Amino acid sequence: MNESLLTAFLTAAVRVATPLLLAALGETVSERGGVINLGIEGAMLAGALGAALGATAGGPWAGVLAAIAGGLLVSAAFAAIAIGADADQIITGTAMTLASIGLTGAIYRSAYGTAGVGLSLPTLPVVVVPGLSDIPVVGPAFFQQSALTYIAYLLVPVLWWSLFRTRFGLTLRASGESAEHARAAGVRVTRVRVIGVLIGGALAGLAGASLVLAQVGTFAEKMTAGRGFIAIAIVVLGSWHPGRVFGAALFFGAAMALQFLLQSFLLGVPYQVFLLLPYLLTLLVLAGVVGQVRAPAGLGKG
Amino acid sequence: MNPAVRSLLSAVAAMGVGLAVLALGLTLSGYDAIAALSAMGAGAFGSPDAILSAVLPRAIPLILIGLGIGLAFRGGALNIGAEGQFYAGAIAATWVGLLVGGWTSGLGATWARLVTVPMVLLAAVIAGMLWAAVPVILKLRFGVLEVISTLLLNFVGEALVSWMVQGPLQESKHIYPQSDLLPVAARLPQLPGTRLHLGLALALLLAVTLWAFGRWTLAGFALRATGANPVAAAVVGHINTRRVFGLALLGSGALAGLAGGAEVSGTTFALFQNLSPGYGFTGIAVALLAQLNPLATIGTGLLFAALEAGASGMQRDAGVPAIAVYVVEATIIIVVIVAEARRRRVALRAAGGEV
Repeated sequence: MNESLLTAFLTAAVRVATPLLLAALGETVSERGGVINLGIEGAMLAGALGAALGATAGGPWAGVLAAIAGGLLVSAAFAAIAIGADADQIITGTAMTLASIGLTGAIYRSAYGTAGVGLSLPTLPVVVVPGLSDIPVVGPAFFQQSALTYIAYLLVPVLWWSLFRTRFGLTLRASGESAEHARAAGVRVTRVRVIGVLIGGALAGLAGASLVLAQVGTFAEKMTAGRGFIAIAIVVLGSWHPGRVFGAALFFGAAMALQFLLQSFLLGVPYQVFLLLPYLLTLLVLAGVVGQVRAPAGLGKG
Repeated sequence: MNPAVRSLLSAVAAMGVGLAVLALGLTLSGYDAIAALSAMGAGAFGSPDAILSAVLPRAIPLILIGLGIGLAFRGGALNIGAEGQFYAGAIAATWVGLLVGGWTSGLGATWARLVTVPMVLLAAVIAGMLWAAVPVILKLRFGVLEVISTLLLNFVGEALVSWMVQGPLQESKHIYPQSDLLPVAARLPQLPGTRLHLGLALALLLAVTLWAFGRWTLAGFALRATGANPVAAAVVGHINTRRVFGLALLGSGALAGLAGGAEVSGTTFALFQNLSPGYGFTGIAVALLAQLNPLATIGTGLLFAALEAGASGMQRDAGVPAIAVYVVEATIIIVVIVAEARRRRVALRAAGGEV
């Protein structure tokens, strides 16, 4: 494989990995607090629609803000039901994703008409990081991306520090291990968990923005196509640590980008094989790692 | 109050809240809510044809999948993957239907059908069960949460259908992304002049069977005990909860697979992409609204079929995208689980527990 092809592949891998990384980092925060949120698929979708509406109205950065708002809205609803009313987290998350599919579909059609096909949005420019992007092969792949990718890079150490070196992180993790013990120690578990879920929702919204404004350049119904669910698998694979989640997200970005690379080599293989590859890989890898990692003990419990 | 009456009332209330949320959302996004809801009503109940050809055929996959999800949930398995299991069944049914339909054509119409249709449906059941065996193994052998594995397999199933209809099972002219039409021998008989097929009788029969199984057999008791409290079931009842979990999930996959087979063999007669308009997810709402009760699942399956048939009418006659109906389903799910969480807290408090 020649060098420029490898660089092109890695560039695609990082671009595809960015929304997965953002959503998975957010879900890491939420799950460290003991809340598993299947609704981030819906929050990402709401973020994607927010990005489209915002970018149409006021350019790509307005799109980014609207995307965060969209993700926050969906996760706030999730928090109210799953934490406030103490309903089952898995089913609430599924319902939030369903509601998001319905709402985004209806709003999208009322905003852009039934045609809507070929909607072309202003996108975020590629920012070249001077110096770092000159590193051979990997430089251009990692440092010629949109600003959202760099935000995702920065979030990795920021979230690691917040989770493991701050008081908030300690109370969040305590709530995730045992709500009862944390409560006995004076932690306001409900409040801490809601904050964790909202951070998760904001980042899922941002993930939707990166999908629309840095990857696809348009919106379509159900466009997240399970990326939120893959992000949840990435959190497990990354054993709830931001650094390892970063590695796991890159792995999946590479698996998804593989189709661009392999399709030009293996002409006889139908492209759907590459479509299902990332999902099968996720299952295989999960089977391999789950025995070795430990989830927050109170995950999914009220 | 009689528990059956109470659950019926709460189902109607949940439906009412769902429709109210839809009306509110439509008004806020600039649609005419009254026109939309009346188009919805007409789409579902406006004519005998609407009921026989739109509502009842849709109820068949919803009841079957709802029964399966109810079974899985009662056994403590959160099966979010009925969509994938449905597709596995549909692929197997199409393949067997095309293959066996050719062999049996010499038997004469009646005999050919009597031989072929059961084989088609059996293939669908086996495929759905095998599809569900993957998350069972992943959970019991490797500890992977079935929620995540069943979800991911939905996308694998969709991609597989997409490959089949553009590859091995594509129609003979290789133009359209769909399979050939199944031969008549492989089709479930329809009520003449309508789209209603024999799958409805099958769904009703299975609902009654599952209800009787849950009520009168020891295995049914083990199922309920495991779902209610796996630790107590294992410690006090000496129930093998891993076995119950696995069997419930396999049975759930079999029912979703059968739904896929019946859809191909009774309604569409061909495999194509997006064969399921989200039956696997609607099935969750169907099961939850029925409080996982097989007999009540018949009623809630019909209710959601009417809702979805009405949604198509709404899109056709009032210009409201049918996808908006997901909002109603989500609202119903939420009303039901919030009410259940409340009941649990009240019961806990009555028992003197910490809340």
